[in-house]
Amino acid sequence: MKVLWLQAAGCGGCTMSLLCAESPNVFDTLGGAGIEFLWHPTVSLETGAEVRAIFEAVESGEIALDVLAVEGSIARGPRGTGKFQMVSGTGRSMLDWVESLAPKARHVVAVGTCATYGGVTSAGGNPSDAVGVQYDGALPGGALPVEFRSISGLPVINVAGCPTHPDWVTETLLLLNEGALGAEDLDAFGRPLFYAKHLVHHGCSKNEFYEYKASAVELSDIGCMMENLGCIGTQAVGDCNIRPWNGDGSCTSGGYPCINCTAPEFEEPRHSFTETPKIAGIPVGLPTDMPKAWFMALASLSKAATPERIAKNAVADRVEVTPTIRKPKGRR
Amino acid sequence: MTETPRLVVGPFNRVEGDLEVHLDLAGGAVAEARVNSPLYRGFERMLEGKDPRDALTITPRICGICSISQSAAAARALGAAMGLEPTPQGAGMAALIHAVENVSDHLFHFNLFFMPDFIRPVYAGKPWFDRAVSRFTPAEGGAQRAAVAARAELMHILGLMAGKWPHTLAIQPGGVTRAPGSRDKVRIETTLRAFRRYLEEVVFGGSLEAFCAIETVDQLMAWEAGDAGLFLRIAADLDLDRLGRGSGRYMSFGAYPLAEGYGFGRGLWDGSLGAVDFGAITEDLSHAWMLGAQAHPWQGETRPDEAMRDAAYSWCKAPRLNGQTVETGALARQVVDGHPLARALAGGGVLARVAGRLLELARTQAFMEGLAKGIDPGAAFMVQGDLPEAGQGAGLVEAARGALGHWLRIEDGRIASYQIIAPTTWNFSPRDAEGVPGPLEAALVGAPVGEGETTPVSVQHIVRSFDPCMVCTVH
Repeated sequence: MKVLWLQAAGCGGCTMSLLCAESPNVFDTLGGAGIEFLWHPTVSLETGAEVRAIFEAVESGEIALDVLAVEGSIARGPRGTGKFQMVSGTGRSMLDWVESLAPKARHVVAVGTCATYGGVTSAGGNPSDAVGVQYDGALPGGALPVEFRSISGLPVINVAGCPTHPDWVTETLLLLNEGALGAEDLDAFGRPLFYAKHLVHHGCSKNEFYEYKASAVELSDIGCMMENLGCIGTQAVGDCNIRPWNGDGSCTSGGYPCINCTAPEFEEPRHSFTETPKIAGIPVGLPTDMPKAWFMALASLSKAATPERIAKNAVADRVEVTPTIRKPKGRR
Repeated sequence: MTETPRLVVGPFNRVEGDLEVHLDLAGGAVAEARVNSPLYRGFERMLEGKDPRDALTITPRICGICSISQSAAAARALGAAMGLEPTPQGAGMAALIHAVENVSDHLFHFNLFFMPDFIRPVYAGKPWFDRAVSRFTPAEGGAQRAAVAARAELMHILGLMAGKWPHTLAIQPGGVTRAPGSRDKVRIETTLRAFRRYLEEVVFGGSLEAFCAIETVDQLMAWEAGDAGLFLRIAADLDLDRLGRGSGRYMSFGAYPLAEGYGFGRGLWDGSLGAVDFGAITEDLSHAWMLGAQAHPWQGETRPDEAMRDAAYSWCKAPRLNGQTVETGALARQVVDGHPLARALAGGGVLARVAGRLLELARTQAFMEGLAKGIDPGAAFMVQGDLPEAGQGAGLVEAARGALGHWLRIEDGRIASYQIIAPTTWNFSPRDAEGVPGPLEAALVGAPVGEGETTPVSVQHIVRSFDPCMVCTVH
């Protein structure tokens, strides 16, 4: 399977993350399955005229393209010209190249939340007028129109995340390579369900604190960060606490909140990222699928029932009180 | 003999981000070069009006390769505005997290960005060619595969202490969000030992201390072992020290600020060591598609020229120190820090920049080991502080590619101005109002161009020797 990878208006972090793939390393993970980069800006040998020839061969149909992967937003500015990102050496904008190459690809994969929905590149007034490949924030229709379908018949596959976990990208490509990723395997925002059917909350190491609403008050406290510190892991899709990052990590285990980076428009939460907006002391954003009345009832009950160990640890920077050890009743 | 008087080189890959190089040729060499950074996103504008703390979430996303450097600069800028210093242990852990990224970037640059150029057919028949092919063929070469695996394992330190990489929120003005326990300490030490073994077996083919003890260029060129030895053999054969020579003016903001001082010192080298006058930094906009006047970052602004006037040719501003260009990066840091080999290489070209990076890779491993050994699991790793309603702060750090500065002004509790100058903004700047070319533009002059070359390999060696980060350059 041949993949042409374009870096549009983003930071390149999804590629950098992809190259952290392990068990086995990224080259073996992809290469072993026969997935090869027709060209990738970070790893391929070809530069300059050699790259232009590859682009032209795909455009003319001379090379059949299996996957067009786009990382980064599509900058449409200034004034719809796309000139905030001219593809070096070609005299054409990235907007123009994506519009031209996408219909030639069997599949189009948007890698990272910039490419999927606009992401951080579209934050703060969106200076470059950036959009996603097929979405503008949560609105369908981006650089490519709502009705766009690649040769396979699929819409743009949205591997969202800021950055993407390496496995989200490799497994999407591996599934496409096996013919095992169809429209039914994507959620309502086009994200692969294999990771989007989970919440970041699932497997979070702070779950016991959450159960009792034993909350961190300041960054570096080890309690649950939902109530005060802006964590929306209970609403964010992703398997970040099931499948760790860089060995053992996740945002929440690192001591900072989940900011819902797999979601459209996460870049503009309309409050500080590390502060929970509240009305009358109740967090505005409640856990997904939980009725507000129940949340309030359970929260007040669980707060009242919080064991001292959990209450103390929640506002400490390490475990101060260890679990009580019960001696087995018994035979000796 | 027919000669193309003008070449446009692009897409220019194996650099981070978008780069286009325009070359005027004369007599089989580059007569003039113009460097275009063709992507504008406008991060400085995005930040205006936001809660100052949001800079810690947004600025790392300027760049996926120097993400932690951006975090560190933002945290320092906020801290300066708050009058807050991290705890000593917090500063140590932030330095370790930052050093892991910088080392990863150096490793990556050598193996994935720079060395593959030596497997091009133009070099077939060279005595070292087959070895280069077996080590550095993209995605297949032994060195490449070992490097991605070693880097991924080293980054387990980031999984443990920074949650993930890139784009962590772990580095805060008062320290780091996670306090390590003794178990984390031994884990970090174990990861570093494995990384040392990889460096000594594969990259250097000898002890890091022996490499760090090299003091002269002759001693350096006598190092034969490992992939470093292969590079030095190639460098001798192709005379890479003469290719793309620099001005010899080097600037470092000082790397890894700790309670006891910098890991690698701060200063300006111009044949002798002096202090950096931070007030003498300006950004010139004469050849950038930017509107406004030349200004210090405290007064600077970012207003794109949407008409993209013909007099300009890049989105990149032209930073100058005392009106002069400076080169920044690993070589600059090591020269300023006073390492004898770096001083001996000062003013050099491709060889000097790449050797400077290898030297720093070796030295930083020992630095990281010292930081890990110094972790005190009982200490405070974070101190809290309050944001002022009004104030300003500069965060000056050293990214893998050199000096990175954030200049933050707060008014009415919001960000009033946020100006960023990244390392490659210095190195790949366009001309200034005086017509003085930026460091890369100057280094490219005289690069040989062979008959019929459309993407001259000499130009590629020079450009990649700087290890540019284009996404940071314009941001």
